[in-house]
Amino acid sequence: GRAWLSHAEPRGRDGRSGEEEEEEEGCYPLYPGHIPTSPLQKALLAAGSAFMALYDPYRHDMVAVLGETTGCLALPNLRDKMKHHPEGYRILQERPRIRLSTLDMAGLRGLPDGSLGREYVRFLEDNKVSPDTRMPPKFVDDEELAYVIQRYREVHDLMHTLLGMPTNMLGEVVVKWFEAIQTGLPMCVLGAAFGPVRLSARKLQVLATELVPWAIRSGRNASCILNFYYEQRWEQPVASLREEIGIFPPP
Amino acid sequence: PGRALLARRGGALRALCGSVRGLAAGPETHFGFQTVTEAERREKIYQVFESVAKKYDVMNDSMTLGIHRVWKDILIHKMNPSPGTLLLDVAGGTGDIAFRFINYVRSARERQLQRRLKHHQNLSWQEISESYQEDKFKSLGDSQVVVCDINKEMLKVGKQKAQHLGYSEGLSWVLGNAEELPFDDDKFDVYTIAFGIRNVTRIDLALEEAYRVLKPGGRFLCLEFSHVSNPLLSRLYDLYSFQVIPVLGEVIAGDWKSYQYLVESIRRFPPQEELKAMIEDAGFLKVDYQNLNSGIVAIHSGFKL
Repeated sequence: GRAWLSHAEPRGRDGRSGEEEEEEEGCYPLYPGHIPTSPLQKALLAAGSAFMALYDPYRHDMVAVLGETTGCLALPNLRDKMKHHPEGYRILQERPRIRLSTLDMAGLRGLPDGSLGREYVRFLEDNKVSPDTRMPPKFVDDEELAYVIQRYREVHDLMHTLLGMPTNMLGEVVVKWFEAIQTGLPMCVLGAAFGPVRLSARKLQVLATELVPWAIRSGRNASCILNFYYEQRWEQPVASLREEIGIFPPP
Repeated sequence: PGRALLARRGGALRALCGSVRGLAAGPETHFGFQTVTEAERREKIYQVFESVAKKYDVMNDSMTLGIHRVWKDILIHKMNPSPGTLLLDVAGGTGDIAFRFINYVRSARERQLQRRLKHHQNLSWQEISESYQEDKFKSLGDSQVVVCDINKEMLKVGKQKAQHLGYSEGLSWVLGNAEELPFDDDKFDVYTIAFGIRNVTRIDLALEEAYRVLKPGGRFLCLEFSHVSNPLLSRLYDLYSFQVIPVLGEVIAGDWKSYQYLVESIRRFPPQEELKAMIEDAGFLKVDYQNLNSGIVAIHSGFKL
């Protein structure tokens, strides 16, 4: 029903002291940073964030919001895939996070070339990115699904590493194609479809003839990327991990 | 799932702890629909405006579809300042009222000069050029506006805007608190506070300060969101406020929570008659209010007589 409408009545005046904020939507925050939203608000957010993400590509927060507000079908799907896989299930239980504070950067740097850990650190340094810039979820109304989308965001950089793609527009679009096949998240699909709009003709050609077909083939062949406990596989060589997941070698 | 239940029971417990805490940390007040201490409220509001300052004007235009400009124009027209007026604009942040004031007195001044010239048809060239000289330095006719705001970020944005738009004469920027103004008694002809008094923690103190710094005969003007009595309009307004505005805040400014606070604070603010009574309590006379857009916004006016 429309429970949220009754809560939207202004009751502030006759003393609602001691009650939680966000009560208008009829729910309480389910995890730190959660903002409960009504279906109308989600729809408006989805439309607004889609527009803003295209208008201003630097608004990464808008891409994140788009993912959260449109993921209501794809996220449970992903969560179930994780639940039915032994490694994925463990990840859901243990809820590992990839953050600078939990990573042993020096240790990873010391690993042999070609290992996941070494290549991951190399990727972070070459592209000057950090795992800590991932937005925490706000608009996902289920705390386990919030973790799933958080995990997807934190694993994104590892995808770049495994696919060998840099963080420029072209590289991001290729990763989006891969992720769109893998996760089915509408945000990935939209990003994959609209991202190329800003690329030059030459890059578009490379994209269309080589990179996207490869990304699609790999995406379909690979098992679910969220089902790998990357934090326990730092020593594994990238080539071997690629084979295990089912990603074809990059062109 | 258990958390929701705990939170409900926690509400009563929190109210109890709140009153105990209140004895220690200061009286309780509201921040939107939350209950906080006065100190916490001041801090949170400061942070809200620090966060929104850069997008303040863009958000105002988006949320009100530009209508806030009309409201501010109406305020200045109601004020009808003549050249030589000294205005204090409190919580004036990004300068909207100040710039309108300057425009208004500037055109009033031009009309004044034109009228004077028309009456001086028999002057010699010497006398005419002399009168031009002295009037050139008074394009505002000694009018001045002091913009006072508690928030450094808002003032910064205001100053940048002034520079960008070419406002420099007759304009000054002061960091100050509406509850304790850094000005002497009986200084100003007009005191305005536009969309600011809602964010003041002790409205009674702000009104007393307003009374203090105004000259005898001075006018108090307050432009603020108020209460809509029409039930249908009220529902639509609530729907728009609670469903659309926070989304706009998230999409445009990347800040849902500040705009959630904004719509909640509007609901918490006293309605027209209550505010009128508070203004009278501070000593103002001939207090009245004018509803704009059926009460979405109201202009309250009072005189120090």
